Amino acid sequence: MIVLALILVPAFAALGAYAHRESAFRTGWLVVAAVVHAGLVGVVWAAPPEPVLGGWIAADAIGLIVLSVVSGLFLMAAIYAVGYLRRETPRGGRAFVSCLLAFLGAASLVTLSQHLGVLWVGMEATTLSVAPLIYHRQDRRSLEAVWKYLMLSSVGIALALLGVFFLATAQFAAPPGARPLVLPDLVRDASRLTPSWLEAAFVFLLAGYGTKMGLAPLHSWKPDTYGEAPSLVGGLMAGVLTSCAFLGIVRVFQVLVAAGLAPFAQPLLLTFGIISLVVAAAFVLGQADVKRLLAYSSIEHMGLLVLGLGFGGVGAYGTVLHVVNNALAKGLLFLAVGNVVLATGTSLVAEIKGLHRALPASAALLVVGLLAATGSPPFGSFVSEFTILRSAVASGHVVMALVIAGLIVMIFAGMGRSVLRVFHGDPGRAVAAHAEDIWLLAGPVILAGAVLMLGVYIPAPLGRALAGAAAALGGVSP
Amino acid sequence: MTQIASSLLLLVVLADFVVLGTSRMSTCIRAIGVQGLLLAGLPVFLHAEWSVHMAGLALGTAAVKAVGLPWFLSWAIREANVRREVEPLVGFVPSLLIGAVMVAGSFAVAPTLPLPVQGGTLLVAVALSNVLTGLVVLTSRLKAVTQVVGYLMLENGIYVFGLTQTQRVPFLLELGVLLDVFVGVFIMGIVVFHINREFDSMSSSHLEELREP
Repeated sequence: MIVLALILVPAFAALGAYAHRESAFRTGWLVVAAVVHAGLVGVVWAAPPEPVLGGWIAADAIGLIVLSVVSGLFLMAAIYAVGYLRRETPRGGRAFVSCLLAFLGAASLVTLSQHLGVLWVGMEATTLSVAPLIYHRQDRRSLEAVWKYLMLSSVGIALALLGVFFLATAQFAAPPGARPLVLPDLVRDASRLTPSWLEAAFVFLLAGYGTKMGLAPLHSWKPDTYGEAPSLVGGLMAGVLTSCAFLGIVRVFQVLVAAGLAPFAQPLLLTFGIISLVVAAAFVLGQADVKRLLAYSSIEHMGLLVLGLGFGGVGAYGTVLHVVNNALAKGLLFLAVGNVVLATGTSLVAEIKGLHRALPASAALLVVGLLAATGSPPFGSFVSEFTILRSAVASGHVVMALVIAGLIVMIFAGMGRSVLRVFHGDPGRAVAAHAEDIWLLAGPVILAGAVLMLGVYIPAPLGRALAGAAAALGGVSP
Repeated sequence: MTQIASSLLLLVVLADFVVLGTSRMSTCIRAIGVQGLLLAGLPVFLHAEWSVHMAGLALGTAAVKAVGLPWFLSWAIREANVRREVEPLVGFVPSLLIGAVMVAGSFAVAPTLPLPVQGGTLLVAVALSNVLTGLVVLTSRLKAVTQVVGYLMLENGIYVFGLTQTQRVPFLLELGVLLDVFVGVFIMGIVVFHINREFDSMSSSHLEELREP
């Protein structure tokens, strides 16, 4: 029952929040729902629950890791929202909190689905619940961003649905008792699935969910959307939404691995990965807007995720760990940038120089976030990126490993230039010294602590879950 | 597969050509409505035996695809005072030719995809034709409403393919699909409405403020 509660609590909370007229109530409601959700996730870690609804909904190792990322990042964003909604009133009004909670419910459904059709429904629901959040300023620019996002994501999600139907078709030859589209049954009967339909399903699901992840060259909505969405929403999109979309690809990859078709999938994954890194490296240089910069950084990390999956071996372990690190680092960066935007009203690099005097805490968090997001030691992302590179060498892709390392360094230099200019420099336009709100700092500080901790120490339950996830992806733990 | 079902499928493809070839927005919307109605009839004629599941699917499809969505789209163009022309990026004759090539290609490819259901080849061919012509409309028309119509054609193609699975994949999923399409297009419609109010025209070519410098 507890796994159902993880989906239903946010869903009902979304309805409840809409009923409240007082905005303080709604914010309180948001934080309470986020805390309850995080508590429930804790219970799932302590006592793994039984599958429910005929095995359609269950928490396996990979799903549980992504669910924890979703829940933790959402809690930080909810705390941040308390300070944010005091300073800025979204024109959407009541819908803002409801859409956030509906998004949490939909993302939980994605992580807990063992039925790939239900997973698709959850993915569609995340797209729709996020659209009003992007559009909350209701001006021309956010209108353009939300239109691009809706159109590209909808086409992506439609292609993914076709992929889901192909997968069901591949199951025609399976034994009669097999439940259609249920992951454990697909994996069990993998050898009896029709290979040609299975391969077609993978191609469509990779293109469909890849659009939602923002893999290059399917990324064109990403900089515009992240640039226009409120920072809090940008953080959730970069941390939660992308992880959910990646999980969709991971699910079908699990079936391909079980069917012995991994050699078909791997070149596709590596191609998308390398293109994403190249695009990110080309566009971070000289990027004028910090939020758009973060969008290209997100494209880089999406590329690294599929690369790890493509290399296999310890790469599978590194990839799942990188899902966690990327979400923490992106959440940290977006919330820190959000503080800067709240204080200065802009995210253009040229206009926000010299923040170390005006906003010392947020500026420091921004630099910590930069280091975490670019995979510098001692942060967790260093460990996961290094693991992915190791798997590249181990699988014989030495040249590719060198290229990837070079691109990562280029992206580090490009991002570092912009972010350090924001930190140092002469404050051209005087930014008023600003009392920094504890609600606005708590989230990013905790996220920074978490990503730092993962660099030096991985708690035993997480280690076990990572090993389980790597095994399910046909990989090994280091 | 009955004679009626195959005729319905061919009419579905004909509706695609109407959308590709017309210059009037209202004809586009009417064609997509008729296509929805044809799709609603398909599950009934595709299988010989009757069931509550089939009847529900047919009624749900008719309500959403043949009544709800066309009504909503015509409401959007009426309320927002959209000009009646389609504004193609690619002319009508070239679009029809591209569409014809896509449909021919789909019918050529379909027999190579083995499908263990009766009449599977025709279903696959029509599904692929709809997906591809939908993508053509999506990319070759400027107005936001026409792009929504293209998206609906794409969705309809997926629906036709989904019909091959109705015996196996439970009812809940199909309902979810219909609901998602409905809500998705509803939200798109609202955005379309705002685009028009903001820019005084529903052409998405105005949307180019956000780009790399």
